[in-house]
Amino acid sequence: MAAVLYPAGRYIVPPKAGESAAGTVTLPFAPDEIRENEGKIFKFGSRPGILVRLATGELRAFSAACTHLGCIVQYRPDVGHIWCACHNGHFDLNGHVVQGPPPEGLETYVVNVRGDQIVVSKGA
Amino acid sequence: MARIQTWLADAAAWLEDRIGYSGLQKLAQKKDVPVHRHTIWYYLGGMTLFLFIVQIATGILLLFYYRPSAEEAFESVQFLMAEVKFGWLVRSIHSWAANLMIFTLFLHLFSVLLVKAYRPPRDLTWFSGVGLLGLAMAFGFTGYLLPWNELAYFATRVGTEITGVFPVVGDFFLSVARGGEDVTGATLTRFYAIHVAVLPGATLVILGLHLFLVQKHGMSVPPSVEQEGGARGVMPFFPNFLLRDLVGWLTALAILAALAAFIPAELGQKADPFAPAPAGIKPEWYFMFMFQTLKYLPSHILGIEGELVGVLGFAVAGLFLLLVPVLDRRGARGESSKVFTWIIIGAIVYILVLTYLGYTANPTV
Repeated sequence: MAAVLYPAGRYIVPPKAGESAAGTVTLPFAPDEIRENEGKIFKFGSRPGILVRLATGELRAFSAACTHLGCIVQYRPDVGHIWCACHNGHFDLNGHVVQGPPPEGLETYVVNVRGDQIVVSKGA
Repeated sequence: MARIQTWLADAAAWLEDRIGYSGLQKLAQKKDVPVHRHTIWYYLGGMTLFLFIVQIATGILLLFYYRPSAEEAFESVQFLMAEVKFGWLVRSIHSWAANLMIFTLFLHLFSVLLVKAYRPPRDLTWFSGVGLLGLAMAFGFTGYLLPWNELAYFATRVGTEITGVFPVVGDFFLSVARGGEDVTGATLTRFYAIHVAVLPGATLVILGLHLFLVQKHGMSVPPSVEQEGGARGVMPFFPNFLLRDLVGWLTALAILAALAAFIPAELGQKADPFAPAPAGIKPEWYFMFMFQTLKYLPSHILGIEGELVGVLGFAVAGLFLLLVPVLDRRGARGESSKVFTWIIIGAIVYILVLTYLGYTANPTV
């Protein structure tokens, strides 16, 4: 019995893919392509990230996967929050939860502007 | 004419020799259906079965054009809807019949609960019925992803993420459900295999058992009717009940055709794994009460993550539903069990209110 069930069971468990190796990415848009009070989704390896330009002009980046049930968040200029449409979770621009069901804040990334390139990397 | 009659008689004798169908005929003639004020609820199981047959037929037709990959799924459904003659009709009927089937299944479930038809010796019939409910919801969940559109993508992301909230084993379940860490083309092919092969196979086995048990035990007469002196009489299953059943099926077919023609299934936008979830995103209506509950739960309840509390709560409710025939001891003895009646009514009200809120509450506040 085990000789049949083990291979069959093991077959449906997918092989472990290597973790996304991306520690740093250069975004496919220039700093002047994101306006104040605007957010853009970008690819951070195989995961989504979100870049937000604050009203002060500062750029901040976070993981875009909601910590509640994994939906991709968006920036809402009307309230100045990062917002998850799935279950109405709100995050402030430090990535902290301010409203709704997410159990923890968004992972924050480091943003560097080098000439006309935006480079985002995971924190130390 | 005489020649045709002889030919028919020969064919009947040939069949009788090989499959002995007269036994089935005798069985059908012996089967009676009790007549009382709750007889109408007996038709819902057959109605659900009819809609399932429609699903099989239209599902097979959809397989002729559907391509199960992240690159081609959306385009193949688009082609089916726009170019294939009556493609829009087949897909719309498949989509509407799925919704109507879940609707009649819920009515069947709650009517069986309220007339206490789950009492022994029909407890095994009940267990198989709850199994079929689980399979129907799994059909809905896996089928929803197949067009690979935006709504389906996020519904699947949320739905599969729920399997990941369980401590220790969550990540393993999540990876098996998705075929990897994220919802990708691997999830699509996995859901496709489950939707068109695993679930139909499992359904046929459990449905066979369910129908056999219904046949074996006959229709249950509610305790309230028994206390009033029993049913008014009986109606032969064949042909009286079956013909009434067929009228119901024809009505369902007419409703289905009208819905498919006037409100055809939509396709929406192609899924983009790097686009934010759109505002107002919703799951299928039969998952709405759970979706809305998860929305209202705070991030932590007594130090435990809110979504874990919610998911465990629904798991316990599902277990309670399955074990109703075991837990309702008074009902099993044929006595009145008002507590269970009120729990069931409470559950119906909860589902209705949360579903209503899901469709009417402003999603952005």
